[in-house]
Amino acid sequence: MRYNPYMALIVNKDKPTASGPDAAPPPAAAPPDAAPATASAPATASAPATTQPAAPPPASDRALEVYSTRHLLRRIILLAVALLAVALVSLMLGRYTAWPHQILQTVIEHFGPTGAITDPKLDTALFNIRFPRVVVVVLVGMALSVAGASYQGMFKNPLVSPDLLGASAGASFGACLALLADLGNEFIQLFAFIGGLLAVLCVLAVNRAVRSDALLGLILGGILVGTLFSSGTSIIKLVADADDKLPAITFWLMGSFASITLRDMVLTAPLMLIGFVLLLSQRWNLNVLSFGEEEAKSLGVNTRRTRFIVIIAATLLTACSVAIAGIIGWIGLVVPHLTRAIVGPNYRLLLPTTMLVGAAFLLVVDNFARLLFAVEIPIGLLTSILGVPFFAFIYRRNMKGW
Amino acid sequence: MPARAGERPNERPDERPVGRPDARADEKMTALLEVRNLTCGYGKKEIVHEASFSVARREFCCVIGANGSGKTTALKGILGLLPLVSGQVLVNTAAGVSVDTAQMKVRERARHFAYIPQLHIPPFPFKVADVVLLGRTPHLPSNAAGASAHDKRVAYQSMELLSIENLAEQEYTELSGGQQQLVLIARALAQEPDILIMDEPTASLDFGNQQLVLTRLHALSRSGMAVLMVTHDPDHALFCADTVVVMEDGKVIDQGSPSETIDSDKLRRIYRTEVYVADVEVGAGRMQRTCIPLRWNEKD
Repeated sequence: MRYNPYMALIVNKDKPTASGPDAAPPPAAAPPDAAPATASAPATASAPATTQPAAPPPASDRALEVYSTRHLLRRIILLAVALLAVALVSLMLGRYTAWPHQILQTVIEHFGPTGAITDPKLDTALFNIRFPRVVVVVLVGMALSVAGASYQGMFKNPLVSPDLLGASAGASFGACLALLADLGNEFIQLFAFIGGLLAVLCVLAVNRAVRSDALLGLILGGILVGTLFSSGTSIIKLVADADDKLPAITFWLMGSFASITLRDMVLTAPLMLIGFVLLLSQRWNLNVLSFGEEEAKSLGVNTRRTRFIVIIAATLLTACSVAIAGIIGWIGLVVPHLTRAIVGPNYRLLLPTTMLVGAAFLLVVDNFARLLFAVEIPIGLLTSILGVPFFAFIYRRNMKGW
Repeated sequence: MPARAGERPNERPDERPVGRPDARADEKMTALLEVRNLTCGYGKKEIVHEASFSVARREFCCVIGANGSGKTTALKGILGLLPLVSGQVLVNTAAGVSVDTAQMKVRERARHFAYIPQLHIPPFPFKVADVVLLGRTPHLPSNAAGASAHDKRVAYQSMELLSIENLAEQEYTELSGGQQQLVLIARALAQEPDILIMDEPTASLDFGNQQLVLTRLHALSRSGMAVLMVTHDPDHALFCADTVVVMEDGKVIDQGSPSETIDSDKLRRIYRTEVYVADVEVGAGRMQRTCIPLRWNEKD
């Protein structure tokens, strides 16, 4: 192994106390009487220069032990189980309560060969309403939190959320434009999606134009373009019919999963999957990038390419989310922090775990939104109302890390 | 310029290279890192003009100079963090092939050069072991796949080399400045580089930690790397350098062994201040050169 010469040459290991086998060095070949602090005799390349006589586990085993994530994996499995449980409860709850055995029976009958369904009302509720809604809520929760976590690493800032580069502002503007023009639901979604992408492309163009520090240019561009598109939205509100269109616009901006259909689910799922795969492939690079541009480069990361992939994927996810459900704030900021409290800041585990937590969190909030009152509460309001105190709480607990 | 480590009057006996002196002499024949007429700067503003120097394997080279003399800019040019206006940075590989770093991709470059920046705090409380493992980045078959067992062992060994393996499970952000700097050095070692490049790695450390970090770095240079360190303290160069490169206004004005390059006149010139360089006896027959800053009115 290439490292042996180094091992032999560093003789001055100042280790006054090795507390138990945990802190002990690799197996000692030298006699224990060689004092570590004054070992000035030249060590030969074959003899390790360590002097502790204790019998620790072999260094290689200890190395793998240090990097073991088994205890965290257990937590992640628990979270996955929790998500499944919340999803099942979400399928059960509603104006028409269904117990698990009824759900199971209906599912079997729905896909069964006979086609005979004992409870057609439940079949409709499950397959046309609840199932698409649960899946879309899960996807949006995953999308916003994974995009937020990625941006926080890339911008080296824990207070960043996925709308930093104007994706939400652009998508809102697009949707409002479609609402103003009285276009159908599919056009609202299409306009919102295009608006979100367009806003971020504008930010990339601004970043190119200012030619300053890469991150600063992006943040500046995000502020400029976001303001521009928000002003556009305000103008649309100003000219919109106050009796008819303005309420529709206002309501849409507050976010809702109420009108999710099977078609929405089928359209967004593949796009979101692309975003998930792209972001998850950058987990290692996000760890490196959070140490800053120059260090990342000197560690061999192509920072431009990584940034581009992260921005494209996060924008795809955010634009999809806003297009399908409107503005849902705070998930992208709060959930990554909550997840850091569970599995730590390493992106290798943080990104997949934040998706589980985000999905479960948004599902719970969505259940409150649709069941708390007779009229559904816009989910964007609830995530803010729940998110703010929650964030204050986590911030207090996690502050040492920032 | 080969180092005259053995001939230096201020050389401490235990600082002499241990191991295979013959091999060392052979490798000194060719420079591992060769900087030829390096000219670079920010945008259109040229800061470093035609700087040339070289560093051999097992050589510790310090770059000294006043603020704004282009030390850091030269490092960034060498590391490829700044585009070169002209000149070349060559790496002479073990096979005797001379490779221009301009031809290298960022990943390949990171297998030759490791960079230890000035201390700064990352935004998230990463575990020490995870920080060190990031040094394996340029060796991963693909960054999406993550680290193998071999990578983890190399990372752990580099922590052991610096005696910080007992910190492995702690949070990097909770450590003292000296420990954090050792973690970054371990990360650089995990990179298995040929050349270690540092920009004032001791800048925010206290007196004892500066000595600790420099001693470790000196030992590492003896183990087969070329070390290039920018420092604003000529005493650091006297403490651990084999060769010194002196920069002023973006130009290399002198290079050679510390005793040749660091004297009262030179320091007065580059730092524009009063300083006295003295050889002091620090033990039985053991001399060490040191820089003593003087108050203006105490001119001799």
